Amino acid sequence: MRDVAVVGFAQRQMPEFDGSPTCVEMLVPLLAECYEQTGWTRRDIGFWCSGSSDYLAGRSFSFVSAVDAIGVIPPVNESHVEMDLAWAMYEAWLKIQTGEVDTALVYAFGKASAGVLRRTLGLQLEPYTMTPLWPDTVSLAGLQARAGIDAGVWDETAMAEVANRSLTDAEKNDWSIRKGGSSVEELLARPMYADPLRKHDCSPVTDGAAAIVLAAGDRARDVRETPAWISGLAHYIDPMGMGTRDLTRSPSAERAAAAVDLSGVEVAELHAPFSHQELVLRRELGLADDVRINPSGGALTSNPMFSAGGIRIGEVASRIWSSEVSKGVAHATSGPALQQNLLCVLGSTTEGTN
Amino acid sequence: MTRTLSAPVTVAFDYTRSTGPVVGRFLTGLRDGVVVGGRTSAGEVVVPPLEFDPVTHEPTTEFVEVGPGGTVTSWVWVPEPVKDQPFDRPFAFALVTLDGATRPFLHALDVSSPDEVSTGMRVRVRFAEERVGAITDIVFEPEIGEPAATTTLQTVDPVTGVIVPVSLDYLYAASPEESAFYRGLNEGRIVGQRCPTCQKVYVPPRSACPSDGTPTAEEVEVSQTGTITTFCIVNVPFLGQKITPPYVSAYVLLDGADIAVLHLILGVDAAEVRMGMRVKAVWKPEAEWTYSLENIDHFEPTGDPDADYDTYRHHL
Repeated sequence: MRDVAVVGFAQRQMPEFDGSPTCVEMLVPLLAECYEQTGWTRRDIGFWCSGSSDYLAGRSFSFVSAVDAIGVIPPVNESHVEMDLAWAMYEAWLKIQTGEVDTALVYAFGKASAGVLRRTLGLQLEPYTMTPLWPDTVSLAGLQARAGIDAGVWDETAMAEVANRSLTDAEKNDWSIRKGGSSVEELLARPMYADPLRKHDCSPVTDGAAAIVLAAGDRARDVRETPAWISGLAHYIDPMGMGTRDLTRSPSAERAAAAVDLSGVEVAELHAPFSHQELVLRRELGLADDVRINPSGGALTSNPMFSAGGIRIGEVASRIWSSEVSKGVAHATSGPALQQNLLCVLGSTTEGTN
Repeated sequence: MTRTLSAPVTVAFDYTRSTGPVVGRFLTGLRDGVVVGGRTSAGEVVVPPLEFDPVTHEPTTEFVEVGPGGTVTSWVWVPEPVKDQPFDRPFAFALVTLDGATRPFLHALDVSSPDEVSTGMRVRVRFAEERVGAITDIVFEPEIGEPAATTTLQTVDPVTGVIVPVSLDYLYAASPEESAFYRGLNEGRIVGQRCPTCQKVYVPPRSACPSDGTPTAEEVEVSQTGTITTFCIVNVPFLGQKITPPYVSAYVLLDGADIAVLHLILGVDAAEVRMGMRVKAVWKPEAEWTYSLENIDHFEPTGDPDADYDTYRHHL
């Protein structure tokens, strides 16, 4: 296996993007930041991969328009996933592993506010017996939250603790669109929304984009003194049906955790769009009490569709570049109620990358 | 003035899907007035039945009638229903383990307040009067009072397909550069953007130059006269066609632009249209102008001599 590191990261998050859903005008400055961080031009990028969905954009071939932001003369080596940035990064990591390229820039974007996000996501469900009912994302998460409350696996106080810590940490993150911690008591005094969820238990609809730069071996060392080396990358999927799995558990997250080495992890950025989902993930990953969870404020305070998972990777990488931590794990999710889970372990040394 | 122009857009498509023997069996049951689960190799009864056994991966072949009564295992309040959900006023989604099943089944529960729902409560399936063999033929209701009489049927032809209409509403915004283009059209002007790196002028404008990725900073008004670079004569009718065939669709390279726009050519016999022909924009009456390329009704020949091939050979 080749040593591959995250060497660049840029992000944008906002409640409502005043621009087209192709997001070209948001991507151009984002890519410029990546060039500035690496000292590269677009000609130094061996492979490109983007993540987006036409269902979010409300138009066809939105990812093709987005390619304008790269500039494609001479032609570029380019791919696309209809998944979060984290999966685009996975494809790029594999591409580098093949030896065909040494560098990659991946980006993802979405203007979730253009439609009704929680409804649009009904299109990722089973099309015969689920989608025709239009079970929205918030409802599916609410069914999961209550299953855990009824089973005594977590309670509303534990959910409010997650929300309060996230809102407090978000105050230090310029990109978080919801911030301001108070107290667990104050949060619990707020009204129910989708009982058993209060609004602060649900991530806000967020527009945004993000980009990650990967490089192998010496190309990474040329860019940064301490590249964030990828020592583990794993992705598993649970069945989609809400009735055929124990909603209080996440077997796919547990399997992903077993496939990587989480020992010594100091920070974990978990892509939990609903407060109780962080509790599920912490349990499945077996994280020790002293592991810092979501210092960015996490997806609960800002969750741009198609980039929020990859942003977790960028947030951990940034803390490794600055030597704040020497090892961390980033998580990304997709599908209803934590159906799909990806883990990416990052470290300041190449130990474990083979 | 906002930075961008936007307009509501609805994207809709009716997905026609074949069901196969397992989902078809389940939906046939709903049409006939019974709920059918599938038995797995581990002895579980799952509703809707799984197409394949999760352990042996063999197709599900054993079906069991379940319900209509059942027990709520989880529920959520839906305070603000979204379009096409089973109810257009607040309701609950519930996971219900139907009598005879071992796994819960997701559907809507007809209650008017969260106070009327609790985990463990008894509910039953309520069948719609008119049923087509779709998941929307039923909802759950609290097990209170006598159930409404359900007409059970013994239909012969199984359900083999469903049509799932999908309709998504958006507020679609044009980019700032496209917005300038549409604002220009509303004033009878054609506005493009110039790439500061390669000097190419894009009409309609792009936010970044697709050749080199540079943001296109400079707004440029281009001529209303141009050259046909290529064209086709449309003889075939198609869904959504606005003009009766035959007609000519052509790429018109406006003077001062580097990208051709697609438009209609009139005022000339289709057989006369040719590459290099000089044409000019014919606008609709000003009273009809809006933020649209359709303000230009069509292009027609100027009568000038054809453009030299070299003037457009790089724009084909």
